[in-house]
Amino acid sequence: MAKKKTEDYDPELLISMYKDMLLYRRFEESANRAYNKGKFAGFCHLHIGQEAVCVGVQKNLQESDYVLSGYRSHTQSIAKGIEPQKVMAELYGKATGCTLGKGGSMHMFSKEKRFLGGHGIVGGQIALATGVGFKIRYDKENDICVCYFGDGAINQGQFYESLNMAATWDLPVLYVIENNQYGMGTNFRRVTSIDHLWKRALAFDMDHSDVDGMNVMSVYDHVGEVIKNIRKTKRPHLLEALTYRYRGHSVSDPATYRSKDELQSYQDKDPIITQGKLLKKQKLVDDETLDKWNKETKAKVKEFEKFADESAEPDHDLAYQHVYAE
Amino acid sequence: MAELTYREALNRAMDEEMSRDDRIYLMGEEVAEYNGAYKVSKGLLDKYGPTRVWDTPISESGFAGLAIGSAMAGLRPIVEMMTWNFGIQAFDHIINHAAKMYYMSGGQFNVPIVFRGPNGPAHMLAATHSQNVEPMLTNIPGLKIVSHSCPYDGLGLLKSSIRDNSPVIFMESELTYGQKQEIPDEEYTIPLGVGEIKKEGKDVTVICWNRMVDLVRRSLEPLEKDGIDIEILDPRTLQPLDEELIFQSVRKTHRVVVVEESWSFASVGAQISDRVQKECFDDLDAPVGRVNLDFVPMPYNEHLEELVSPDVEKVCQAVREVCYL
Repeated sequence: MAKKKTEDYDPELLISMYKDMLLYRRFEESANRAYNKGKFAGFCHLHIGQEAVCVGVQKNLQESDYVLSGYRSHTQSIAKGIEPQKVMAELYGKATGCTLGKGGSMHMFSKEKRFLGGHGIVGGQIALATGVGFKIRYDKENDICVCYFGDGAINQGQFYESLNMAATWDLPVLYVIENNQYGMGTNFRRVTSIDHLWKRALAFDMDHSDVDGMNVMSVYDHVGEVIKNIRKTKRPHLLEALTYRYRGHSVSDPATYRSKDELQSYQDKDPIITQGKLLKKQKLVDDETLDKWNKETKAKVKEFEKFADESAEPDHDLAYQHVYAE
Repeated sequence: MAELTYREALNRAMDEEMSRDDRIYLMGEEVAEYNGAYKVSKGLLDKYGPTRVWDTPISESGFAGLAIGSAMAGLRPIVEMMTWNFGIQAFDHIINHAAKMYYMSGGQFNVPIVFRGPNGPAHMLAATHSQNVEPMLTNIPGLKIVSHSCPYDGLGLLKSSIRDNSPVIFMESELTYGQKQEIPDEEYTIPLGVGEIKKEGKDVTVICWNRMVDLVRRSLEPLEKDGIDIEILDPRTLQPLDEELIFQSVRKTHRVVVVEESWSFASVGAQISDRVQKECFDDLDAPVGRVNLDFVPMPYNEHLEELVSPDVEKVCQAVREVCYL
């Protein structure tokens, strides 16, 4: 694939990628602070460091495409169109949350935006997303389904069961392994027989590739081609995005199982800083503008916090609703 | 009226529903080209084609999850488990996703799906192939559990299950697929959550379902000789349970025996006993009697299998006991 020159891109697109990543970073930092302040409890898995994967993939989607993910999906649900204040309110367990305070951090949903969760059982979304691919095929639609999961999830049996069915039946699913190298505290190399996770696709004769998940333009370009191909062939694709989470597995994990040097080596190629440099190189912005955007984003996130904080607790009736569908 | 076997009745239910609604598809191991391991899906591939009748790989967890995902996106799958013993592989998806999705998404994603297949002991299949999973699944909020005792009920309940907007677990039995019954030619459904008195009686309410209804019927004659007139109550749906019908019957007979083909600990029978003692305490003339599988894995040997399973004598004994005979 010929590398595009940066000047070929719509400047607005380059800027929006930067701004989205910035928003997601500040959003997650806010969630972390709120958790530590006791605004909510439970589990809270932050996406900090992995923003380029989310933005690079989802900027390529059409509205009618579907997205499913695991429990680290605050940013992906916002990228699919759920209003960030509703995601924040969901973290706080409020009635204004995107699942009315019934799902929480790990379980964001929006039927309208076709974000089908937010799933807390590791790997569960892989089979569910395969079923969405099945529906797309059943109805002969032009949509695709994106399914995110981590390097830990690929060792679940249903990963193999699902990829086998998707490859056998030509289901238009983009399976994205966000390889941040650690399934909770376990480096994937300690529990996985291969060094490059995309190789798992070879067993199913499935299209596959990998991409630098720390660079949003690399992800955007590569996934653009991949998705074009999925829409054309209707065949699934296994993508390994090489990325890194700066924080622990969840906010309560100090991540002592890895070195500071390792963390630093990834922070040195931080996706937001990299994209900022690109914008400056393109003379689209200067440092002052970046600083202004940062302040604006922080203010915006404060509004989300305020919305979540001031929203009402769910009525008791809600605990007894939605057990069975009418 | 036509005499249909159990498998033909269930087949007719799927056939009628699939012809009514093209969102419905059938999926499972051997359901298409082989016509079903127990021939329940016979002819459906020919009639509806490979887009709506799917043979799957032997991946119960995977295809259960796939079907649930497709239901979230708008389809209405019927998933055949060749047996519920294999269906245990799919419990992760059934319990974590089918049952919870509507609730956890705040009412956005319901999962209209039927998981159906034979459940409970068959004959000389040993421990891993002779399990009744009803107690495990009735304990999960969000699932409906149907367990029926005759082809007529099976047909009407399967149609309602397919039309239901919540996930339904539909229990069949390997040993009754050949059982015959006269079935009306005109279309009918039986609502979920509504039990039926299969035989009226005045002395003891015997609550039983699925294959146990026939077993209890075989106990009628010896019990008549003892002068005991039992009422046979089939709840037909175990979750939600038709408690009112049970309470009404108990208030009439004042004595209850629950006969179920599963272990007794934390089972449907245990739940019924609890509800009856709570709601009908003053009506009871004896503690609730129970007949269950003995609490051991199912042995292979035919005589040992009979030894640990409910039989006519055990039913009669339990009924006599609540009559203090």
